[in-house]
Amino acid sequence: MLYSIGKDSSVMLRLAQKAFHPGPIPFPLIHIDTGFKFREMIEFRDRTCRELGVRLIAHTNQEAKREGATPFKLGTSKCCGLLKTKALLDVLAENGIDAAIGGARRDEEKSRAKERVFSLRDPLGQWDPKNQRPEFWNLFNGRVEVGQSVRVFPLSNWTELDVWEYIDREKIPVVPLYFAKEREMLIRGEQLISMEHGIKPLAGEKTEMVMCRMRSLGCTYCTGAIRSTASTVRDIIEELKFFRRSERENRVIDHDQEGSMELKKREGYF
Amino acid sequence: MSTATEAAGERDLLRFLTAGSVDDGKSTLIGRLLYESNGIYEDQLSSVRKASSARNVELDLSLLTDGLRAEREQGITIDVAYRYFSTPKRKFIIADAPGHEQYTRNMATGSSTAELAVILVDARKGVLRQTRRHTLIAWLLGIRRMIVAINKMDLINFDQQTFLSIQTEFSKFGESLRNTEFHYVPLSALNGENVIISNGCMPWYDGPSLLELLETLPTKPELAHELRFPVQMVIRPNQDFRGYAGQVGSGIVRKGQEVIALPSRQRTTIKEIFHYTQQLEEASPPQSVVLTTTDHIDLGRGDMLVSADALPAVSAKITAYLIWTSHNPLRNDTRYLVKHTTRILCGRVSGLNHKIDINTLENIESGTLQFNEIGEVQIDLQTPIFCDPYERNRSTGSFIMIDPHTNDTVAAGMIIDAKPIQAGETLEESASRVAAQSGLTVWFTGLSGAGKTTICRAVATELLAQGLQVEVIDGDVIRNHLCKDLGFTKRDRDENIRRIAFVSQLLTRNGSIVLVSAISPYREGRDAARRTIGSFVEVYVSTPLEVCEVRDPKDLYQKARAGKIHGFTGIDDPYEPPLNPEVVCNTDRESTRESSIKVVSAVLTHISSKTS
Repeated sequence: MLYSIGKDSSVMLRLAQKAFHPGPIPFPLIHIDTGFKFREMIEFRDRTCRELGVRLIAHTNQEAKREGATPFKLGTSKCCGLLKTKALLDVLAENGIDAAIGGARRDEEKSRAKERVFSLRDPLGQWDPKNQRPEFWNLFNGRVEVGQSVRVFPLSNWTELDVWEYIDREKIPVVPLYFAKEREMLIRGEQLISMEHGIKPLAGEKTEMVMCRMRSLGCTYCTGAIRSTASTVRDIIEELKFFRRSERENRVIDHDQEGSMELKKREGYF
Repeated sequence: MSTATEAAGERDLLRFLTAGSVDDGKSTLIGRLLYESNGIYEDQLSSVRKASSARNVELDLSLLTDGLRAEREQGITIDVAYRYFSTPKRKFIIADAPGHEQYTRNMATGSSTAELAVILVDARKGVLRQTRRHTLIAWLLGIRRMIVAINKMDLINFDQQTFLSIQTEFSKFGESLRNTEFHYVPLSALNGENVIISNGCMPWYDGPSLLELLETLPTKPELAHELRFPVQMVIRPNQDFRGYAGQVGSGIVRKGQEVIALPSRQRTTIKEIFHYTQQLEEASPPQSVVLTTTDHIDLGRGDMLVSADALPAVSAKITAYLIWTSHNPLRNDTRYLVKHTTRILCGRVSGLNHKIDINTLENIESGTLQFNEIGEVQIDLQTPIFCDPYERNRSTGSFIMIDPHTNDTVAAGMIIDAKPIQAGETLEESASRVAAQSGLTVWFTGLSGAGKTTICRAVATELLAQGLQVEVIDGDVIRNHLCKDLGFTKRDRDENIRRIAFVSQLLTRNGSIVLVSAISPYREGRDAARRTIGSFVEVYVSTPLEVCEVRDPKDLYQKARAGKIHGFTGIDDPYEPPLNPEVVCNTDRESTRESSIKVVSAVLTHISSKTS
């Protein structure tokens, strides 16, 4: 199971616990670590895996890191390609994994609205939106040829609000970055960017203490914060009910080119 | 796959399907529902505004539901898209099904999980071929509530006569669809008339708006009362706990309830119902739970717990509607894989009763089914399934068919009728099946005491019950007869395996399924057997040495440890595990039945791809 440490992954982890209880979760978690994640995310990841006794495979594209892959140097599109897409394909191949479960939801982004629950990928991890298997009822066809794989998205039909309501009901722990507090942030246009991992302010830019929270979690540079005072799960649910901006808006990577998530997916991005 | 809301059982959720022909204004209607219900975020809206102004319109709502680049370029929808919105009264999931005729299979996909359908009709064009097709598919997939949205009323000056004549034409067609209620709403998605509320453009219409209907019509179809619980997985964290995990397909399961386990027909009582750390008194669809029983029964994936007073049909001969979704037409002489509840088995379409003309609903004689065609067929299954008619029970009445060569899903099936198995009939069928059978050697390898012979016997019983011709070659028996002259040196062991492989090859060539159970410790020997025989499935019984040694059924390990026998595999002679076995069984962690189900499934897959 792909584990990104975010709220959707936290829900997935609880569903997996439920599915096999009183037995243990029978599969390992895979985390694609770009090295640019928030410190609090990594702490949360390690604590969670320790407490639940699940096996974690953390994988980093070391070669790209050695060659100095950073979003500042390569641009976000190429950086994602190396540190996320390539890293994911490598770790799946290394471990002989032909089915990977992920927490993607159809309401996140336009191209995901048409994604199947069982998404077939070719040996290069690529998705062909015209060659998908029809899915009837809950009878999923998980058969693959050698080399092919499936990505499985059990949260396909959940919305962002569903996720938070479930976290509230089940009292699922999430990374504290989701909750508002005063944080030192770099202000760039309308974006609030974290100061972790040595980002350099451009001329005329400065940092400020801002009451803010993360709406989704990724790499520090590519995940902007939002101004918010929601400091509990209930606050977040109330905030969402009035919210008029989509969740991924602050993700730099979604906007780097027209139809960008779809292109990334065709190349094998999760 | 249930949603959070369903899992939580808290709020009312309606899943509905939208269908219409190209240019009926479906995207605009959905865009309108999302827009008016605040289901669209500001940043999405601003990008649509940008795109709209490029087309010289103020706000093109159809752009909101637009997703993939290819379809944007072609200007048509090419897949099912799911959208989400909510009002204070309800949450909604829209399955946006395409209008384009050749993508009908996606329309069926959307229908299979929907409770209601909104069928769009362009007021200027009336009821089209695609309209009928979509309505029929929705009906076949069990949707019994439909809203006929007659759109673009603004383009015909909100004319009542046109609305009425379309309604009349549609009801005439709808009469032939049993037990279905139709609601007719005249509207304009473009200017919003009657989508959320009426702006008074049609004083002659005093019925509800589209959203009012969506908010008030019942969400759930009538559910079957009989308990059907297909086992998905056996949960055995330790020796003391044995639970059956799965999703309740229909009915209610209660603590203390008497149930029957299929296929064994053993009676037992539900002891506990686990839902994560809680214990429940009862569970119902769509809950996923773990059940324990008071008696020890050996159940595996694909087996079923059912109400003791209402059994499903146990049948290997079913009549069903098929919606053909593959570009390769249906072939009568081909074996397909059938996925029904949590099991996969082999099946053959033995007869095509007729095709259905989607315009007239008349039955047409036909020899095959092409892409997007619907027909009524007879299917012979290699193992009996536990099923109900689809009309009564969606969970046990539905199945899909998979082409074993391409792994594509080639059809969606809905059971109309199932013929219970009778002793005499099974024998006859067996005979005909044997004639068509192609041979295969299933090679069980593993340490002494690993459980090879036990699994082998269970597999033989199951395959024989399915009317297949089976031979068992047991290593111990061979050692006492054919290979009596051989010892246990590397050379003699190789010779032993060579002889077994030779005999297996002869039998396989003559159409038998040969089950070989032999330690066969060396990789090279087994690979040579694979090369000789060709049609070969390797089953690695991977029970660890420590466990085998504790079992020690023939006291051989004890003797080997005491130095009374030499060259014993695992003690002082190596065992080389297979690198790529087709099946791995670990009898330390799974029951004989679980192991044998895995092997039988591999056998069926193998012979289905051979004979077709």
